[in-house]
Amino acid sequence: MRTLFQFNGGVHPAEHKQESSTQDIACAPLPTQLIVPLQQHIGQRAKPLVQVGDSVLKGQMIGQADGATSCAVHAPTSGRVSAIGEAPVPHPSGLPDLCITITPDGAEQWVERTPLDYQSMSPTEVRKHLRDFGLAGLGGAVFPSHVKLNLGKLAKVPTLILNGAECEPWITCDDRLMRERTADIVAGAKIMQHLLNADEVLIGIEDNKPQAIAAMRAACADARFEVIAVPTLYPSGGAKQLTKILTGKEPPSGGRSSDIGVQIFNVATAYSVARAVLHGEPLISRIVTVTGNVDQPRNYEVLLGTPVKELVALASPRNDTQGYIMGGPMMGFTLPSDAVPVTKASNCLIASSPKLFPPPPPALPCIRCTQCAQACPVNLQPQDLYWFSRGREFGKAQEYNLFDCIECGCCDYVCPSHIPLVQYYRFAKGEIWAREREKQQADLARERHEFRLQRIEREKKERADKLAAKTQGSKAPSANAEADPKKAAIQAAIERAKLKRAGVMPQNVENLPVETLKEIKEIEARRAQLKQAMEKQPDTPNS
Amino acid sequence: MSTALLIMIGLALFLGLVLGYAAIKFKVTESPLVQKIDAILPQTQCGQCGFPGCKPYATAIAAGEADINQCPPGGEEGIRKLAELLGVDPKPLNAEHGAPKPKSVAVIDENLCIGCTLCIQACPVDAILGTAKHMHTVIAKECTGCELCIPPCPVDCISMQVVQEDLATWKSKYPLYAIRSA
Repeated sequence: MRTLFQFNGGVHPAEHKQESSTQDIACAPLPTQLIVPLQQHIGQRAKPLVQVGDSVLKGQMIGQADGATSCAVHAPTSGRVSAIGEAPVPHPSGLPDLCITITPDGAEQWVERTPLDYQSMSPTEVRKHLRDFGLAGLGGAVFPSHVKLNLGKLAKVPTLILNGAECEPWITCDDRLMRERTADIVAGAKIMQHLLNADEVLIGIEDNKPQAIAAMRAACADARFEVIAVPTLYPSGGAKQLTKILTGKEPPSGGRSSDIGVQIFNVATAYSVARAVLHGEPLISRIVTVTGNVDQPRNYEVLLGTPVKELVALASPRNDTQGYIMGGPMMGFTLPSDAVPVTKASNCLIASSPKLFPPPPPALPCIRCTQCAQACPVNLQPQDLYWFSRGREFGKAQEYNLFDCIECGCCDYVCPSHIPLVQYYRFAKGEIWAREREKQQADLARERHEFRLQRIEREKKERADKLAAKTQGSKAPSANAEADPKKAAIQAAIERAKLKRAGVMPQNVENLPVETLKEIKEIEARRAQLKQAMEKQPDTPNS
Repeated sequence: MSTALLIMIGLALFLGLVLGYAAIKFKVTESPLVQKIDAILPQTQCGQCGFPGCKPYATAIAAGEADINQCPPGGEEGIRKLAELLGVDPKPLNAEHGAPKPKSVAVIDENLCIGCTLCIQACPVDAILGTAKHMHTVIAKECTGCELCIPPCPVDCISMQVVQEDLATWKSKYPLYAIRSA
């Protein structure tokens, strides 16, 4: 039995998992159109590869990875590209982003799918394929998987963790996936283990999912992976929290989990890796929990790009539904509209109603009770961070490790004054990033301005020098031709021409018969004699 | 007695040499205060402060020849930072030098541009690309929004456009919510 560790704090919100976890995963029907954002992952946006009017096949790459931290996007079904342009995307800002809209033709015609023989390929090659298969973390952070699977200078990452904790209330997509598609998850874990050269594979699942634990244990028996039930406590599904629970190790502040020899992936990512490598299927669909204020909450396998409106209609939302939350109630955000598409990051859609999610009571001033500090799973001092963020003392907030905050919402949850603490931290982080960008721009401008001044100075000097040389040249005309480089060059050219003229030799004489050569020789000799004679008496006329 | 004296003299000579070498090797050509002030200034190089660029303004502030409230692009925050650095009280922006504006970039109407190169010569950060009798264009990423290219343009084809927020530059707003009265 493995010794489990504890992280600080955590909360126990009402689980609400039963609503959607009882039914199996249904396949969502083909929507009327698919809106595929080119940026569904963290990092650089993918570069579009198609044009309006193009026909695409299911699984065809329509956006190419651009840069090191980026991954491809694919056509979720066969059809025609009907638009490429800005369209609403799921983001708290409500700002649009570049999307490719595809009108399905209903044929669902696949591109050629070629499974990879990953064991005979180099890890770098496999990672390149994963990038082109569009693999990104499906737990919610959507970090490109091929980057996380890069060993870099390390010989191996000893511990690989699969995250099946699914600690947020309402969400059950990983639960259902682990129950129904166990074999592919285990196969994906094996591929990841191979790429990372990992010694052990740990699969952490919260103990409120006994069926998933049982299914995974049965499938992992021969793979020698360890399935570990962890106590249900929000946010045990946070990457750093689960690492702490299972290994007792914590990555340093600002560091990565690979620094302590651990790499962690969501179970759904492992499933997609298996689909990509063993079946040649790029990431074009994911499991989404549709729950909340709906009559038929359920998990659906949804094509990426399916409009939220068409997906939630399947679960029959009730009349008093007021908008949708993407993600869980703790860390998710309210969608700006239901026209946005499902993306790689969308694990759950919760229909909200005033009854289900009543508006928070008015906030009261902070009384410094430090309940937030007791609940914080990262051991921060949320009350201090709140004061600094509120007072725009961003330097101080950074000193108190603002950037280690995972925005889990535990502090919000326990705050007796109902202060929206996480909103303050997000505000402070945004301001600090904006300042960083401004500073970079200022540095660039300074550099360019200084270069320009230097250039103007140099040009001025060059002009002055030229002028000086010119005036000097006209005052002292060719005192000695040797010193003047121009004259010397002309002289040299004349000499060269003279030499050339003197050295003119009859051509094409190599293959002539011996008699002819002899004759030529005689003629040459006569010519030389004549030349000599003429040079001796230049005044004498020729004849 | 004489040994001690010799040691002390030797030591003094040695340290003198070290210090002398260091003074040449690590010579500070520029006042560090000017650099610190320059780091706070926004580097738009717009000249609204009355000096031909951010560095000259920084030099003037350091020499006590200019006030800290002459930089509109730096805004209130810039003034506050300068005040903090120099140990003086912050003061409101001097309206003589203009008002703060949202971040903008210059945009050339490429149909109107006659290719006179006057804007290229005016740009303090070489952010305009083009050559004589050929269309010019602004490299938006490098434009500081200083507006110096606008007056020289003989056909008025340059306009300033406010930079719109996009997904990469979007930031969470300051939380606003009701606090219960009493």
